Amino acid sequence: MLAKLLNNKDTMLVIVFSLVVLAAPLLLAPLGAGYPDLMQRFAIFGIFAIGFNILFGLTGYLSFGHAAFLGVGSYSAVWMFKLLSVNIVPAILLSVLISGLFALVIGYVSLKRSGIYFSILTLAFAQMSFNLAYSVLTPITNGETGLQLALDDPRVLDGASTEGVLPSPQLFGLEMNDTAQVPFLGMELQFNVGFYICALILIAAFFISLRIFRSSFGMMLRAVKSNQTRLNYTGINTKPYTLAAFVISGMYAGLAGGLMASMDPLAGAERMQWTASGEVVLMTIMGGAGSLLGPVLGAAIIKYFENIFSRINDNVIEAWFTFLPDWLGDILVTLISPFVGKGWHLSLGLIFMLVVIFLPGGLVEGAQRVSRWTVRSVKRLQHSEPGSSKSLEPGETH
Amino acid sequence: MDAILLQILNGLDKGSAYALIALGLTLIFGTLGVVNFAHGALFMIGAFCTVVVNGLLSLERVTLSETETNPWGEPLEIRVQYAELWFGDFGQLMVDYSVFWSLLFVIPAMLLIGIAMERGLIKHFYKRPHADQILVTFGLAIVLQEIIKQIFGANPIPQPAPDALRGAVDVGAALGLSPGSIIYPIWRLVYFLFAALIIGGVFAFLRFTTFGMVVRAGMADRETVGLLGIDIDKRFTAMFGIAAVVTGLAGAMYTPILSPNYHMGMDFLVLCFVVVVVGGMGSLPGAVAAGFLLGVLQSFASMTQVKALFFGFSIDQVIIYLVAVIILLTRPRGLMGRKGVMET
Repeated sequence: MLAKLLNNKDTMLVIVFSLVVLAAPLLLAPLGAGYPDLMQRFAIFGIFAIGFNILFGLTGYLSFGHAAFLGVGSYSAVWMFKLLSVNIVPAILLSVLISGLFALVIGYVSLKRSGIYFSILTLAFAQMSFNLAYSVLTPITNGETGLQLALDDPRVLDGASTEGVLPSPQLFGLEMNDTAQVPFLGMELQFNVGFYICALILIAAFFISLRIFRSSFGMMLRAVKSNQTRLNYTGINTKPYTLAAFVISGMYAGLAGGLMASMDPLAGAERMQWTASGEVVLMTIMGGAGSLLGPVLGAAIIKYFENIFSRINDNVIEAWFTFLPDWLGDILVTLISPFVGKGWHLSLGLIFMLVVIFLPGGLVEGAQRVSRWTVRSVKRLQHSEPGSSKSLEPGETH
Repeated sequence: MDAILLQILNGLDKGSAYALIALGLTLIFGTLGVVNFAHGALFMIGAFCTVVVNGLLSLERVTLSETETNPWGEPLEIRVQYAELWFGDFGQLMVDYSVFWSLLFVIPAMLLIGIAMERGLIKHFYKRPHADQILVTFGLAIVLQEIIKQIFGANPIPQPAPDALRGAVDVGAALGLSPGSIIYPIWRLVYFLFAALIIGGVFAFLRFTTFGMVVRAGMADRETVGLLGIDIDKRFTAMFGIAAVVTGLAGAMYTPILSPNYHMGMDFLVLCFVVVVVGGMGSLPGAVAAGFLLGVLQSFASMTQVKALFFGFSIDQVIIYLVAVIILLTRPRGLMGRKGVMET
């Protein structure tokens, strides 16, 4: 039984994935990314991108409004912290529920149309939600400032805090920002409670998405992508399937939003802006839409480079080029500085365009191409070596 | 009555901008079948062309006065604009009317940018899925926006309207209503007339010229036109350029109303997509009509009386989206959409 399970490719995939995710503090520390805040973001955006991939990767429906669900999830979680308890369980449950309801309504309307219309409709809905959150619904969302915890929140289950310190989100006493620091080979490994909660949820999310990919439901979604008209002609109503996919991916986004609020209990409207929706599209495309691992990979890469790039300023670049003559160094600094620091979005846009133009299947496809190419060239070498050595034999020639 | 008229007028300037951008979007979409997410960036670039021209025209020569000194005892700086120095009064007029002068710059610049965009990037995406077209133009929009941000900074740059057109005019008196009932800024009227002119021009161009006829034929059936020995691709490229010019002009003339900033393009684009969807994808009259309609509707929704109907809820922020939803649920092809356009 165990052997059979281990032979199964998918089981191995999940096990390897889990091991890598759980060992992240160890693996990322040499890369300078082993601190809790960044690792939490890796996991959260990984969940977000996995969910987006269930819609876009499987059905081909390109939603430009997924950040709205993330924002809704964040707001619901923070409200739960304010009203009920700083325990993250009710907060995350509510954020998944509410964003699922939102996705149901928006999906029902948007899925009336497909193709470009669908993208535009989701974009419009996301922008509407942003406007609502930013100004119209200020009593609920606290507008520009963003929703935050306050000392006089009711917190029915916890009771009002007495010490005059804001409580931080916790899971039955485990505080999210608790970190154990372990020295290891000269590095400081940080094992953070929040990250491990995100990581466990990420693994669960990955497993569910794997099951969806392998199920007949997933097959139906792929059929929608390849030829929806033919499905309609065979008498199948595709709407329930696409709507289900939309709601599931909306719930993933809400889960990511709820986790985001759990790690840092505030929610702002800027999380719902179209640029945020574009970012998750970018992550999915970059890693490889329609592949299982692609979105997580894309999310990690984008967030990693965002972190690295936006910390580089002119002084840092100058330090790189101190060995060069001054004038050359200056030229290089002027050339590079628009792309780093505050100009990170420019690099992001360029990377985005390059990936879409040259590598529409994303990095996963790129890796497959490279591996195929190596296999082929290795084979060619093996074939050609005996042949070429033969032709060099003087005695063999006639 | 006055209040209603005022709201209609108020809606017209925004509606004009929506109509112009939506017209450009539809021209590109109807001819090439591409949804251009970078279209808002073209609107923004048009606006920043005006900033550049205005900056160039008001360049100053700084000389130090030999006799006068400033309060700190240093020689006083005398600033003279080069335009005034070289052309006298006419030069001053040039600076004052820099918005109109910039149009002369906007037209060739936008034509070039449009053609370069189509030939350099979008041409390679005709055979790719729609999702790829959307994504690559979206990436382009980010890049253009960030470049503008790097060059001009993140803060809006106010652009003055010409002195003579800066004030307000009493429209109420002109229409025979009680004087002072409808006071309306002149520039917004100018913008509306300008938009009407451009829209009329584009329609006349498509209707009455041979070039326009070929383009319309190409929109209806690209293959047949190609079989007749006409290089339709070349004409469509030109149409992309023209659409860029229309949008750029809309942006350039809008600068006195809204100070150009790097994200204005995307702000307008999302609304204009809604406009295009409401008007009916691929329908030029639909795009224009829906642009004006939604602009006016938005201004009505910002009336306090209307807001009171919705219990003080700022309905104007979301009215356009709500209307779009209702229209799509009742008339899925939009107001004037044709059958068979983007149905798959």
